[in-house]
Amino acid sequence: MGDSFPETRVPDPRGAIPRPPVAEGPAAAVLEEPEAALAYETGVEVQSRSQWQYARRRFMRHRLAVVCLVLLVGIFLAGAFAPWVAPYAYDEIDLENASSPPTLDGFHIFGTDLIGRDYLSRVIFGIRTSAEVALIVAILATLIGVVIGGLAGYYSGQVDNALMRFTDLILTLPGLAVLLTAAALLGHGSPYRVAVIIALISWTYLARIIRGTFLALREKEYVEAAKAAGAGDLRIMVRHMLPNAIGPIVVAATLIVGLAILTESVLGFLGFGIQPPTPTLGKLIADGQGAGTGLWWLVTFPGLTIVLILLCVNFVGDGLRDALDPTQRRVRE
Amino acid sequence: MSDPILSIRDLSVEFTTEDGIVHAVEGVSYDVGAGEVLGVVGESGSGKSVTVMTVLGLIPQPPGKVTNGEILYRGRDLLKLSSKELREVRGSEVAMIFQDPMTSLNPVLTVGEQIAEAIETHHPEMRSEAIEARTIELLDIVGVPFPEARFRQYPHEFSGGMRQRAMIAMAIANEPAVLVADEPTTALDVTIQAQIIEVLKKAEEETHAAIILITHDLGLIAELADRVVVMYAGRVVEIGDVETIFTAPRNPYTIGLMNSIPRVTGTDDLLVPIPGSPPSMISVPPGCAFHPRCFLSRGRDRCRAEVPELEDVSAGHLSRCHFVSELAGYDPGLAAAASHA
Repeated sequence: MGDSFPETRVPDPRGAIPRPPVAEGPAAAVLEEPEAALAYETGVEVQSRSQWQYARRRFMRHRLAVVCLVLLVGIFLAGAFAPWVAPYAYDEIDLENASSPPTLDGFHIFGTDLIGRDYLSRVIFGIRTSAEVALIVAILATLIGVVIGGLAGYYSGQVDNALMRFTDLILTLPGLAVLLTAAALLGHGSPYRVAVIIALISWTYLARIIRGTFLALREKEYVEAAKAAGAGDLRIMVRHMLPNAIGPIVVAATLIVGLAILTESVLGFLGFGIQPPTPTLGKLIADGQGAGTGLWWLVTFPGLTIVLILLCVNFVGDGLRDALDPTQRRVRE
Repeated sequence: MSDPILSIRDLSVEFTTEDGIVHAVEGVSYDVGAGEVLGVVGESGSGKSVTVMTVLGLIPQPPGKVTNGEILYRGRDLLKLSSKELREVRGSEVAMIFQDPMTSLNPVLTVGEQIAEAIETHHPEMRSEAIEARTIELLDIVGVPFPEARFRQYPHEFSGGMRQRAMIAMAIANEPAVLVADEPTTALDVTIQAQIIEVLKKAEEETHAAIILITHDLGLIAELADRVVVMYAGRVVEIGDVETIFTAPRNPYTIGLMNSIPRVTGTDDLLVPIPGSPPSMISVPPGCAFHPRCFLSRGRDRCRAEVPELEDVSAGHLSRCHFVSELAGYDPGLAAAASHA
């Protein structure tokens, strides 16, 4: 050896590289005899909780959301079973009790309108229509939003650009004007048609959220691992990414329910929604307003019902977000 | 070495970034023989991971781009495959064990489902009971206790070592011919590392796969590898069998690496680090990329002006250094470590 490496030479290297102890010690014993492993080492006997159980516990801690969920379920169940729950039929005319203010007499607690129809019954039937519309909108809009947002987020680049510009385009449309035009052109009688029209313009918000979520998820190592294992795009999107995005999807879908009920009511109020005799919440307010200022209950009770439903939907949405996506929580526990 | 099963030929990969073009891999060539364990070492950013990611087609393009070279697997160029053909190779012919088992398993699927999926992807004809039985067998092979119970658990119910075992089970599920292990023990603590090394050895025995072992850990190389590729700044600087690399390294960078290893029996308290830090891959020093840190260069012009070629030192031993002759006879004194392998 010459003097070529004066600066770096270790004067008298005697040792070897430290080698991990592989052949002896308790670690090796566990390796060779899995039977000998104790429960506390393997963790098998520890009671495990699924993600859903954790989410449910977090949701239950959100008192207001729980109360609102109960209220909301009650309201929607009443709507769903309207023919059995409502004290009268929605079109039952009783001229002797026309224009009655809220009274326990005959159980007209929301009062009656100019031709004596019981407004409580009409509100309950209105909830039924609104809930139906909201459900269809939520399902359709979620489907469209997830597909468009998912494709944009997963493929990114050009695909993302094209799909998101399209989404922006829909977003910039003045919603109400489009709805009114569409209702006028396509006809607006049936709840289903109204629901489809609302769904076609309300998926944008969800698409953006899903895109963002997918953009983040596609960088996850387990997505790369799935790719390295030979999984195709569809499998990765549906099986690996979608379940991880379920939190934001559920939250956004919940808020869409509220949005749909509100939009449907606005359409109904303006007379472009579902047509009589089917009662809807918005139409009931419009009718009440048309009946004159004296009959305040005709406007107040359907209006309060809408407010109550929307408040509940929003609180439930809040609770769900806290439960499903703990990172977004405002207050840490 | 037997006939190469995987042959990387003159591969160059670059990434376009806002700061400029990063030449992550520049003209890298090495062969992997059937059934051999090839260790790839080098500092962070030396291009060792990018090279193998390119083999699996996992480089995001853009910003990444393969500018040159070919990757021959059983005579087929993997870079020219369609995405469908590439999917068929991934996971069944060439499989990968990832660095961090904590993030490489999908948190919403059970461990069993994820291993089963790796099998199902390549054997859609298999019945689900058969897949489940095979999955449980795989968990047993990699030393996961109570595989039947563990099959139904989620990743968060697994410890880090157990997850890495599950990742290895997933990688060997289809008995691949080449297994790429990208720093498989880096994210684990030392006692678990030892167990994972044993599992890797067992996986090799079970599948007879060639293993490309990427690591910073020269101890792991000494333990497992048959041959070693040393990379620096996107280039291969030395290739040789493990004994040669540990007992007679002929590249200043490899020697620097060897001298920075702590020795169990050594009485000297101070390690000898390589001075300086790895170059930014946007502005690699001209000439030999290692010259600013090299003890051999000592400001000689040739190191600054000319990129050295990878030249034969002896049979199967190549080094990239202008003054390799000045290193003749050097022995870092690691014979004890290398003899184990």
